Amino acid sequence: MFSYPMETVLELRGIVKDFAGHRAVDGVSLSLERGGFYSLLGPSGCGKTTTLRMIGGFEQPGSGEVLLNGAVVNEQKPFQRDVSTVFQNYALFPHLSALRNVEFGLRERGVRDLEPRATKALELVHLAGKRDNLPSQLSGGEKQRVALARSLVLEPQLLLLDEPLAALDPKLRKEMRAELKAMQRKTGITFLFVTHDQEEALSMSDRVAVMNRGKIEQFGTPEEVYLRPATRFVAGFLGAMNWFGDAGVRPESTRVSREAPLGGPSRKCVVESSLFLGNCVHVNAILETGERAIAEVPRAQDPFAEGEAVWISWHPDDERRFP
Amino acid sequence: MALFFAAPMAIVCAYSFLTRGDYGGVERPWTIESFARLVDPLYLAIFWRSLWIGSAATGLCVLLGFPLALFISRAGRFRNLYLQLVLLPFWTSFLVRTYAWLFILRDTGLVNTALQSFHIVGAPLPLLYNDGAVLVGLVYNFLPFFVLPMYATLERLDPALMEAAADLGARPSATLRRVIIPLSMPGIVAGSVLVFIPCLGAYLTPDLLGGGKTVMLGNLVQNQFTTARDWPFGSAVSLVLMLASALLLAGLMRSRVAKELL
Repeated sequence: MFSYPMETVLELRGIVKDFAGHRAVDGVSLSLERGGFYSLLGPSGCGKTTTLRMIGGFEQPGSGEVLLNGAVVNEQKPFQRDVSTVFQNYALFPHLSALRNVEFGLRERGVRDLEPRATKALELVHLAGKRDNLPSQLSGGEKQRVALARSLVLEPQLLLLDEPLAALDPKLRKEMRAELKAMQRKTGITFLFVTHDQEEALSMSDRVAVMNRGKIEQFGTPEEVYLRPATRFVAGFLGAMNWFGDAGVRPESTRVSREAPLGGPSRKCVVESSLFLGNCVHVNAILETGERAIAEVPRAQDPFAEGEAVWISWHPDDERRFP
Repeated sequence: MALFFAAPMAIVCAYSFLTRGDYGGVERPWTIESFARLVDPLYLAIFWRSLWIGSAATGLCVLLGFPLALFISRAGRFRNLYLQLVLLPFWTSFLVRTYAWLFILRDTGLVNTALQSFHIVGAPLPLLYNDGAVLVGLVYNFLPFFVLPMYATLERLDPALMEAAADLGARPSATLRRVIIPLSMPGIVAGSVLVFIPCLGAYLTPDLLGGGKTVMLGNLVQNQFTTARDWPFGSAVSLVLMLASALLLAGLMRSRVAKELL
């Protein structure tokens, strides 16, 4: 079986960036291997987009180094870097057709057989039929695909995607996830995907870097960051988490019963509401301390009623402790 | 509208079809003689001259105004200051500002004194009372009319487009040529028309800085109403001038440019 050589395509060494007295990125170090699908995940304002812009060359790090293929590129302008960005609002040239947009970068590189290559890239994103349309004649999803083709056609060392799905409607967004992942596998280009949507990051990535307040809190596979969060922030940001003091328990690991459980950790509480979600039920409970907890439980013959006194419990192995 | 626009228009229109009176004014009978005289080579030459000087002034305004507007649009928090500076000349009268150029360009003026005191030239350069002086005056007076719409267009360009161009490998010069200029064509065209139309009818600037040698359509009109006492012909010239400007504007309004601007 063919496997990609394990070489580092991008390395960040202690990147710091300040904006008017505010530290946007606070010592980010990260190393990406060629051919992977990576995500930078974090809430808005965590510094993920700023980090991406420093890799693209649109911002200069205050300190630290950006390395592409082992060479420091801090001094290189965006047009000198072999990385390409898919911008959040696509940034398609409004005066150029889809085909001319895709040809834009090839033309700058002095490529001769522009049209066949651009056409092929449009075929890859299933837009060959719209090659002569102006951006204003394309839907949001189609614009997104043109932006993707425009970058992919250059076969960059690294493709940066800045929340590219944020502007799409929810249904299309889910479809595009599978498609982006397939495209990454097909082209073998390293993707670095910035998002605040944990579901997006978990479903598409080989590895996820979770960012908070300008720092990377954890860098690991989706399973690692979800099942073995390194910090309290990661635990809380990726999926819902019930907090019982220092112990965090996922709703799907939380059980509800009318009788006190025999041993194991448990809390007495009152059902605030019970939400039927089709495949499961979310029981929202209020603890005696006033804290809230959510339990995701199977559908029951005899559902829990509002105001009912119940016990919630969990297996000790399912709790994560963050002192 | 009726009083300030339609009535004077109707009068000019009517005068142009009447016969000149002996001491100015107009008399009957109705005639198209004034319009027939327009094709006289003498007047055609003035017409072409206005066209040429107007075009040259417009071209210079584009060459100077585009970089200036681009610079202002990227000046960050100094934008408003620079825009105020562009508008600063409007605080004094057009006439005073044009007179000021006499003091800059004349033989004992600012430029010649400076050139001579640095021994760059021996004798004063003939800077005044020629086409060059008229051009300088027109460009100076009408540059803000180009810079303002140009700035409005450039300021609205999405900065992400410039970043995208750089991201795709375009150097700043290529970004200018392939993205900024094509996308700011509406501003370039609108600004050019705003400069070209008043230049075509300019009267004061050629009169003062051209020293009467550089006669343009505006001077011809003035001349017909004063010294020549030929009101019908003066009316005919101004009517043609107005029609030419109106056609140019109508063309602009119908074009794609207008749709993008409005």
